[in-house]
Amino acid sequence: MSDIPISHILFVSTALFFIGMYGLFTRRNLITMLMSIELILNSVNINFVVFNKYLYPEKLDGIFFTIFIITIAAAEAAIAIAIIINLYRSHRSIDVEDASEMKY
Amino acid sequence: MGYRRRKQPQIVLTIYIKREDRTKKMSYSSYIPLIPLLPLAGFVVLGIFGRKYFKRSSGIIGTFLLLVSTVLALYTAYQYFFVDGKVDGVYQPITAIKYTWLSFSKNVSIDMGIVLDPISVMMLVVVTFVSLMVHIFSLGYMKGEERFGTYYAFLGLFTFSMLGLVISTNLFQIYIFWELVGVSSYLLIGYYYDKPSAVAASKKAFIVTRFADLGFLIGILILAFYGKSLDIKTLIENINSSEFNTITAASLLGISALTWGLTLVFIGGAGKSAMFPLHIWLPDAMEGPTPVSALIHAATMVVAGVYLVARLFPLFTLSPAALSIITFVGLVSALLAAIIACTQTDIKRVLAYSTMSQIGYMMFALGISGYDGEGGLGYTASMFHLFTHAFFKSLLFLGAGAVIHMIHSNEMKDMGGLRKYMPITHITFLVACLAIAGIPPFAGFFSKEEILLAAYHSNKLVYAVALFTSGLTAFYMFRLYFSIFWRKNKQLHDHHQEGTVSMKLPLIILAICTVVAGLIPFGKYVSTRGLPLESHFDPVFSLAPVAFGIAGILLAMWMYKNETARPERISVGLGGIYKAAYRKFYIDEIYMFITKKIIFNLVGRPAAWIDRNVVDGTMNGIAWTTGKISAMIKGVQSGKVQSYTLYFFGGIIALAIIFLYLWK
Repeated sequence: MSDIPISHILFVSTALFFIGMYGLFTRRNLITMLMSIELILNSVNINFVVFNKYLYPEKLDGIFFTIFIITIAAAEAAIAIAIIINLYRSHRSIDVEDASEMKY
Repeated sequence: MGYRRRKQPQIVLTIYIKREDRTKKMSYSSYIPLIPLLPLAGFVVLGIFGRKYFKRSSGIIGTFLLLVSTVLALYTAYQYFFVDGKVDGVYQPITAIKYTWLSFSKNVSIDMGIVLDPISVMMLVVVTFVSLMVHIFSLGYMKGEERFGTYYAFLGLFTFSMLGLVISTNLFQIYIFWELVGVSSYLLIGYYYDKPSAVAASKKAFIVTRFADLGFLIGILILAFYGKSLDIKTLIENINSSEFNTITAASLLGISALTWGLTLVFIGGAGKSAMFPLHIWLPDAMEGPTPVSALIHAATMVVAGVYLVARLFPLFTLSPAALSIITFVGLVSALLAAIIACTQTDIKRVLAYSTMSQIGYMMFALGISGYDGEGGLGYTASMFHLFTHAFFKSLLFLGAGAVIHMIHSNEMKDMGGLRKYMPITHITFLVACLAIAGIPPFAGFFSKEEILLAAYHSNKLVYAVALFTSGLTAFYMFRLYFSIFWRKNKQLHDHHQEGTVSMKLPLIILAICTVVAGLIPFGKYVSTRGLPLESHFDPVFSLAPVAFGIAGILLAMWMYKNETARPERISVGLGGIYKAAYRKFYIDEIYMFITKKIIFNLVGRPAAWIDRNVVDGTMNGIAWTTGKISAMIKGVQSGKVQSYTLYFFGGIIALAIIFLYLWK
């Protein structure tokens, strides 16, 4: 149990981060973009927990940060979904390309 | 106690002298600024309100303001010449007012000031007096004009500028007023702006004099650079002192900086005074109203060049080369203009060429003059001729104005036999003609006599040419006189009046001045160093000029008194010479050739090509490149958050690579 090296876990979080990035760049659907952002945030959470655990086991700072981020992510998801619902009501679509009236 | 008693009188004396000096300045400075400022006030008031509120009365307002100026100028002259101008028998220049307007360095500054010395006081009187006469004359002549108020406003502006010019203490002050005079001359020549010839003439006058003023400006800068001052008095002192001997040493093309500077200043003067070869604007300037010609192009502005040379005369005497240029230019102008005047048929043009010829006289009189004592006769004579010429030439122009007012034509062939219809004009015109022809006892005789005497003593060739020219002067003036007033007994169908009282009065006043002005012992008041100069009236010497004058008159009488075929035959007999003189020696054509063919083709067109293709091309190229680049990069700012995050992410990756791997 204690023999999982730190690089393995960092590999997971990096992979999660780039998967999130890729999703953010390629998707045009707002909900999937929101999910991608959640993936990025979670990769950061893993980083915090891992570094806390491996470098400073007697401290709790990293874990606090993770709890903060989970809280804020929840709030952010609520707001984002409210925006998405409103967008859907007015445009009948949640594709970002369709909401381009303010461009230029 | 004893000590104090010994010292006291000395202190009291110095205080007394200082107080006297100060009160003298104070008494002048209290009213002299009014002389130029009243016409300026007239210009401002009539220029702004003249067309709306004072349509009828603007003439009266302008004339009244100038009357006050004239009275003040006469009072100043009386004060200066007879009360307190003299210190120990020498007329001293008095600086009544002086304050620094723009300071460049400790020594070099542009000051605005008023200086009183014999020539500036004389010019004050001449300018205000002639201007007043012209104002009064114009009340009748310009009556009913659409822009009556504007006309008087311009006259006020001109009078202000000319007065400012003559009282200048500073070389740059002269230059400022010099340009103002040029502007008001331009405005007045182009007064009838709906006439294309008047517009062309005003443009020509402005461009030619501007061209000459460029020389003047460079000359001022050279003098100020070497003399370390712009103040005329300091400049003269500096250049005379031994510390500044670099200016007289040879510098450029073997000619000293002083000569260069003075010659360039003289070019400015020659442009304003219509000296050969910059005279071409003056005959065309006759397109302006005739009273304006009398004021600007006969009596005051055109003598500004003479005045400038006289003002800087202590410098000119240091440079014989510059003086000989002045002599040559003056002499050529005098002779050339007199010859052309014999052939012209437009009466105002005859008078214009006559003006040019007489100014040529003044110029060469300055050119041959020395500085000390008896040698300074030419200077006095020149100023004397300026003084008398102002009266008789403005009289001639106003007389011509009265004739034109009646006939509505400038051409000699439309005139003749007018002596019965306009007796006062006839008599006054005759007086002026006799004066300019140099017949005693009229004013022109005395001044021309002095010029000829000065010429005789310095250079026999100059004397000979001047004598011949004075014969020619008599001939063309009486050709004019006989053509207007005699020749044929024409019956005028419509009975015009001779003119209003306001037109006759100035003629009579000026005629009286023309008779009297010559009797003033001018040398006593105006001379090079302020010392009185005895006049050398020599009846034997004056035989030759008077004989030439009478010969000219008789010849004109023989040819023009009655209508005969003689002038025709003589002009045919002279052939090419007559034609050349009639065409003004093709000088206008030469200028046209130089400007149109040479300057336009060799300088103007390449310059235009460079402007269109190189200058504009560069600008267009820059604009085109900017447009292209912006079109290329405007897609970047798309408003798509995803692409922004992509750029952001790309930037972070790039930075990470730089800092982790390249930045070692």
